[in-house]
Amino acid sequence: MTGDAPTGDAPAWRDASLAAALFAVDPAGLGGIALRARPGPVRERWLADLGRLLGFGLRKIPPNVPDGRLLGGLDLAATLATGRPVAERGLLAEADGGCLLLAMAERVQPGTAAILAAALDQAEVASERDGFGSRARARFGLVALDEGVEDERLPAALLDRLAFAPDLAEVSLRDGDGEGVATPAQIMEARACLDRGVGVPPDTVAALCAAAHALGVTSLRAPLLALRAARAAAALAGRDDATPDDVALAARLVLAPRATQLPSPAETDAADESEGQQETSSEAQSGQNEERDGTLEDRVLAATSAAIPQNLLASLQLQRDGRARTRGRAGASQVGGLKGRPAGARRGDPRAGRRLALVETLRAAAPWQRLRREAQPADAPRRIEVRRDDLRVTRFVQRARTCTIFAVDASGSAALQRLAEAKGAVERLLAESYVRRDQVALVAFRGRGAEILLPPTRSLVRAKRSLAALPGGGGTPLAAGLDAAALVAEAARRRGETPVIVVLTDGRANVARDGIADRARADGEALSSAKLLRARGTACLLIDIAPRPRREGAALAAALGARYLPLPQADAALLSRAVGEARDRTLRAS
Amino acid sequence: MRAVYPFSAIVGQDEMKLALLVAAVDQGVGGVLVFGDRGTGKSTAVRALAGLLPPMRAVVGCRYRCDPGANGALCEECQARDKLASHQVPVPVVDLPLGATEDRVVGALDLERALSRGEKAFEPGLLARAHRGFLYIDEVNLLEDHLVDLLLDVAATGENVVEREGLSVRHPARFVLVGSGNPEEGELRPQLLDRFGLSVEVATPGDLPTRVEVVRRRDAFERDSAAFLARWEKEETRLRRRLAAARKHLNGVAVPDAALERAAALCMELGTDGLRGELTLIRAARALASFEGDDAVDDAHLRRIAPAALRHRLRRDPLDEAGSGTRVERAVAELFGA
Repeated sequence: MTGDAPTGDAPAWRDASLAAALFAVDPAGLGGIALRARPGPVRERWLADLGRLLGFGLRKIPPNVPDGRLLGGLDLAATLATGRPVAERGLLAEADGGCLLLAMAERVQPGTAAILAAALDQAEVASERDGFGSRARARFGLVALDEGVEDERLPAALLDRLAFAPDLAEVSLRDGDGEGVATPAQIMEARACLDRGVGVPPDTVAALCAAAHALGVTSLRAPLLALRAARAAAALAGRDDATPDDVALAARLVLAPRATQLPSPAETDAADESEGQQETSSEAQSGQNEERDGTLEDRVLAATSAAIPQNLLASLQLQRDGRARTRGRAGASQVGGLKGRPAGARRGDPRAGRRLALVETLRAAAPWQRLRREAQPADAPRRIEVRRDDLRVTRFVQRARTCTIFAVDASGSAALQRLAEAKGAVERLLAESYVRRDQVALVAFRGRGAEILLPPTRSLVRAKRSLAALPGGGGTPLAAGLDAAALVAEAARRRGETPVIVVLTDGRANVARDGIADRARADGEALSSAKLLRARGTACLLIDIAPRPRREGAALAAALGARYLPLPQADAALLSRAVGEARDRTLRAS
Repeated sequence: MRAVYPFSAIVGQDEMKLALLVAAVDQGVGGVLVFGDRGTGKSTAVRALAGLLPPMRAVVGCRYRCDPGANGALCEECQARDKLASHQVPVPVVDLPLGATEDRVVGALDLERALSRGEKAFEPGLLARAHRGFLYIDEVNLLEDHLVDLLLDVAATGENVVEREGLSVRHPARFVLVGSGNPEEGELRPQLLDRFGLSVEVATPGDLPTRVEVVRRRDAFERDSAAFLARWEKEETRLRRRLAAARKHLNGVAVPDAALERAAALCMELGTDGLRGELTLIRAARALASFEGDDAVDDAHLRRIAPAALRHRLRRDPLDEAGSGTRVERAVAELFGA
């Protein structure tokens, strides 16, 4: 079935089609597909193919779907019509036996992702909402559409649970004019075959685990999903037992996109060794398999590795490109009068832009129903009598949250040691501010451009990971650095956070925006970028890290409208205190 | 009813399993927090624990499953009863699912009865259901703040006070809080962190044979859960008996002065805040001793449980690359000798 490749070499399209076919065989078992593609004819074609193979439609959910709709709750219309509380099934329970399509999945809230993840794990959905508690079967597959062309990605909690992650971002419609990899009839047969049970070669689990290990895939869900994919592949080919080819295919589709490293020869040896140890320790397993053990493992690893270079390197390249791009984020800004987290309800009028808390309102009205009904004429229709006093509105708590963006000069003129201090300050700030749930981001500029090393996060773990390797040296592209920081600040503002930019530099720009070393132009550009930041009203703090501060730093601070803080001897503790003060001042002012 | 993966079949993750068992031996240890990588079987372990817990005695007809032996901690209804007939009930392990609303957690006016019959009745929430058992919160770091505040209050007082919709209800709500989560999704509020008696960090096993075994067992369970459960039944029964025996034996375990001094010295060395760390350490060590069938707490018990009891109580030092677990182990090694 890998045979009918379409004309021209389009492995990305073929892999995406194969993933769709395998997923169609066992949607719930394989969890789902994270499809990375821009909206357009290619994606439409792929979705149409998938729908045809599945034999049923995909239920679409928007990324901002409220928890109540996902989990279920009170059915407003039915409750009002019957005068008694009626439960409404949520989308997850309704999707049982089918598939969900999550649009713009890269923008999904962590809470929503966690609810989806829990349902995928449990194959059921537990809900305790609006006066109802329920547990319903929810075996479904999830197709997550990832349109993130920039540095936005699907939440890791979801990626981990979806077997496949094909990438159609670079595929054009012409690449897919070959025949499909399977027909709906084949899928039906394959499902029946899978139900009867598909065997796998005895060393499959070991081979998949070894391959995952060698590729730096830590989650154990990956080999488990690959194992299921191998069974689906065998079923699709009408086999009751999976062949090494099926296993290799599954490993290529499931493991390759998850790879974080290329297998080194040393690692492969280590894997062989531990495999050998296991063989001797569990003598009960047939010893004569040893020869084939090696081959299957090698084949799986070879097949997977072959798929990696373009995958891994391309995606890393893509990320880098995306970071360097200085373009606004796609998607509407989420500004509304009702931001923050719901925090209970209180008496109030739901007009004036406040949101009615339905269940609380019904609860308030409930005790009076008998009295109020008696006051009505006997032939009045039976319905719930709600008075103005009963109305409850949802209370939202919006904390003043900040997003502290460090723009760090990592050039040769700023000593390397500065970087270490900036890293320390970032970690310290995160550790101190996590109570307030503030975010911290890090932009570094050096050489010919700027890079967002740490997108806004409040996770200390993530921060540590991304800060571990922060290179230094090269020229000072100050304007690019300020532009990148401004970009992060704008995004934060759109999320309803207050950005604070902390620039650590000596102010001596010498690389212009186009990456050419030209001190005069670089200086001019830096000053105009600074003025732009000031015009947007972004709070800034400039920390001059030159050993002997000169006028450039102060001039830049003036252009930024920033507080100027010459700190030639700053250490991480001092730095984080200064930043903390600047942030608090900004919060009080806003 | 879906089959639950047996506790004894979980490969590795010894510290997590031990912490859960210790909390099951002595529910007074005060909760377990499991933080770590994705796909390490955090929720599997917690859900499996329910299968090991021996049944408990509860007052017949009491919706809070009051303990007939607890004189001071009865609910209002039981206090009014003349005679407390009791029967055996399973220990509840209640899930607090994400997206739960406040009314379901604390309990609220029973809408059904209020709307259809005009009666004002209290419908107990999850906190009531979890009384005397375990309350499990997966992705605890994603829990909404106002629910966290509610939980903190109830966990501190052991009593749930409901004042809403003209209802005024109070009932006992003593439960072991079990939370799990992934630190990459965000940190936990320190106030909540402090509520957990034990805290363990789980990581995906790094060695290949263990990883292979995890996947093999999981696959076997999924393909034929009945056969898998049957294969592990003997092991589960053994563990269940051992847990029941440990709960009985708990009061017979002595805590010698030497052990108390050791615990105090360790906490001072680490600079943990307050007395809570010390008390938890001692209590957990006693539960561990009981689980091991020993009659007195000694250094070995303290050593084994100290990282879980103390690692979340250290002052954070973000510049220290080693995790707080390592810091505890270092202090233990220094104090107790290698």
